[in-house]
Amino acid sequence: MSRKITNQRREDILGYSFLLPSLIGMLIFSMLPLLATMYISLTDWNYLKGLGNWNFIAFRNFKDLWNDTWFTASLKNTFFYTIGTVPVALVISLGISILIESFCRSSFANGIRIALYMPQICNIVATATVWKMMFSSYGPFTNLLRSLGWTNVPRMLTSYDWALPAVMLVAIWQALGYRVFIYSAALQGLPSDLYEAASIDGANGWQRLIHITVPQLRPTTFFLTITSIIGSFKVFGLVNIMTEGGPGASTYTLVYYIYKAAFSFNKMGYASAIAMVLFVIMLVFTVIRWTSNKRTEEE
Amino acid sequence: MSMQSNIARNKPGKIALRVLVTALLLGLTLMMIIPFLWMLSSSFKLQKDVMSVPIDWIPDYFYPDNYLKVLHIGTTGKDYHFFLAYWNSIKIAATCTVTSMLTASMAGYAFAKIRFRGSNILFLLYLSQMMIPTQVTLIPRFILFSQLNLVNTHLPLLLPSLVSITATFLMRQAFVSVPNELRESAKLDGAGEFRIYAQIMVPIIKPTIGALATIQFMNSWNDYLDPLVFISNWRLNTLPLALNQFVGEEVTQYNLTTAACCLTVIPVLLIFLFGQKFFVKGLMTGAVKG
Repeated sequence: MSRKITNQRREDILGYSFLLPSLIGMLIFSMLPLLATMYISLTDWNYLKGLGNWNFIAFRNFKDLWNDTWFTASLKNTFFYTIGTVPVALVISLGISILIESFCRSSFANGIRIALYMPQICNIVATATVWKMMFSSYGPFTNLLRSLGWTNVPRMLTSYDWALPAVMLVAIWQALGYRVFIYSAALQGLPSDLYEAASIDGANGWQRLIHITVPQLRPTTFFLTITSIIGSFKVFGLVNIMTEGGPGASTYTLVYYIYKAAFSFNKMGYASAIAMVLFVIMLVFTVIRWTSNKRTEEE
Repeated sequence: MSMQSNIARNKPGKIALRVLVTALLLGLTLMMIIPFLWMLSSSFKLQKDVMSVPIDWIPDYFYPDNYLKVLHIGTTGKDYHFFLAYWNSIKIAATCTVTSMLTASMAGYAFAKIRFRGSNILFLLYLSQMMIPTQVTLIPRFILFSQLNLVNTHLPLLLPSLVSITATFLMRQAFVSVPNELRESAKLDGAGEFRIYAQIMVPIIKPTIGALATIQFMNSWNDYLDPLVFISNWRLNTLPLALNQFVGEEVTQYNLTTAACCLTVIPVLLIFLFGQKFFVKGLMTGAVKG
C-alpha cells in the first residue's frame, strides 16, 4: 500500500516537472492574457494614462461598438471577406485537385501543387507588396483588365467598391496551394472498390464525381471549411500592407481595427472589447469543429 | 491512382481530353505564378521600364544594381540592413522552433505516458487554449512586456514559443502510439524518466517532430503582426519588418521594391524546393484533425 502511494507521488513529481515549462508558458501567454483581455474590455482604459488608471464601465464599450460605424464596417467586411473567399477557394481547389489526380502523372501533379503552394511560403509583406504594385494604375493587372476591354479600370485599391474584392482576390490566390495539397491527399486515400463497383454499374465519370468523390470528401471539406473560416477571421497582413483599411473603412477588418484602436489610438479598453467579439466568433467555430470531430470519431 | 485508372485510362479515345486538361492546368499554374515572374523580371529592370506595355518578361538588358542598392553595397542611399534582418529572422525562428519542440514534446510525453494526478483536467485546459487566437491576447502580452521593459527586444517574440498547444496535442498523439512496454522495460533496466524520454521515446517519434518543427519554423519566419507591435528598432528588425519599412519608404521605386521582395523570397523558395518532401509531410501532420 505505502509503496503504491510513493509510486503515485513519483509519477506526480515526474509528470509536473515534464509539464512545467509548457505550463508556465500556457498560463502567462495564453490563459492569463485572455482573462486580462476580458477584464480590460470592461474598462475605459487609455494606454497613455498608465497601468491601473482606469474606470470600470461594465459593458459600455460593447454598447458603443454597435454605434461605431468603423466597428460595424469592420465586422461586415470581415464576414463579407470570409463568405467571399472561403467557398470560392475551396471549390477551385477541389476542382484543381480532382483534375490533377485524375489526369496527371504524379511528378507533373507534384509540380503543379508546389507552384500553387508558392504564395504561402513567401512572406506576406512580399506577396502583398507585389500585388499592390500589380493593382496600381499602370500595373500589369490593371493593364490586363484594360486589354480585356474594360476601358476605364478603377484604381482598385483606392476605390470604395473594389478595394475589398481586390484584397479577397489575393487571399484566394494565396489560399489555393494548401487546400489543393489536403484535397489531393484525401483523394489518394479514397477506396478504389467504390469506383470499381460504380463502373460495373455503368456510372460515367461525372456521375462518379457527384455521387462518390464529393460525398466521400465531406470530412476533408468540413475540416478545410472550418479552419479556413477561423483563418480568414484573423486577416490582418494583407489589409495592413495593401490598403491600410482604406479607403475610409472599406477594408477595415476586426484584427486590423484591434491593432489600430490599441496601438494607434491607445484605446486599450475599447480594443479589448473588439478582441472579445473576435474571441466569441472564434469560440463558436471551434466548438462546431470539435463536436463534429467527436461525432465522426464515434461513427 | 484508382481514379486515374477509372476515369482517364479506360478508353484510349480520352487522350484528347487528357491533353486538354493538362493544357488547362498548365495555364492556370502559370497564372498563379505570374506575380512571382513579374517580380523577378522587374527586379532586373530600370525604373522607367518596369511599367512598359507590353511587359518585357525577359528584359533586353540585365541590371543587377537594384540588388546592390537594396543591400546597400557600394551605394550611398539609405541602408535597410537586410543582412541583419536575415540574421535576426533566422535566429528567432530557430530559437522558437527548438524551444517549442522541446517543451511541447516534454508536455506531450507527460500527458501520454506519465500517470500523474490532474493530468486529465490539465489536458482539457490545454485543449481549451486552442480556441484562443494570438490576436485576442495581443494587448495583455504587450502590456506585460512593456511593464517588464522588454518591448524592443526579441524576447516578446521568443518567450511565447514556450507553449505550442497544437504541437503538444500532436506530440501526445504520437507518444500514445508508442507501446508502454518500452518504458516499463527501460525502467526495469534502471533508466531514469528523462533518459527514457530523450533516448527511447523521442527518437521513435522523430518524423512527427520533424514535421511539426517545419511548420513552427515557417510560422515564426513569416510572423508579421507580433514583430510589428513589439519591435521598432532597425537593429532588431525581422525580415518582414525590414521589407515593410523599405516598401513604406521606397514605394515609388518599383524596380528596387521588387528586388527587395525577391531577396526575401528566393532563398525560402529554394529551401522549399529542396526540402519539399519534408514540408509536405509537415502540412499533412498539421491537418490531421488538429
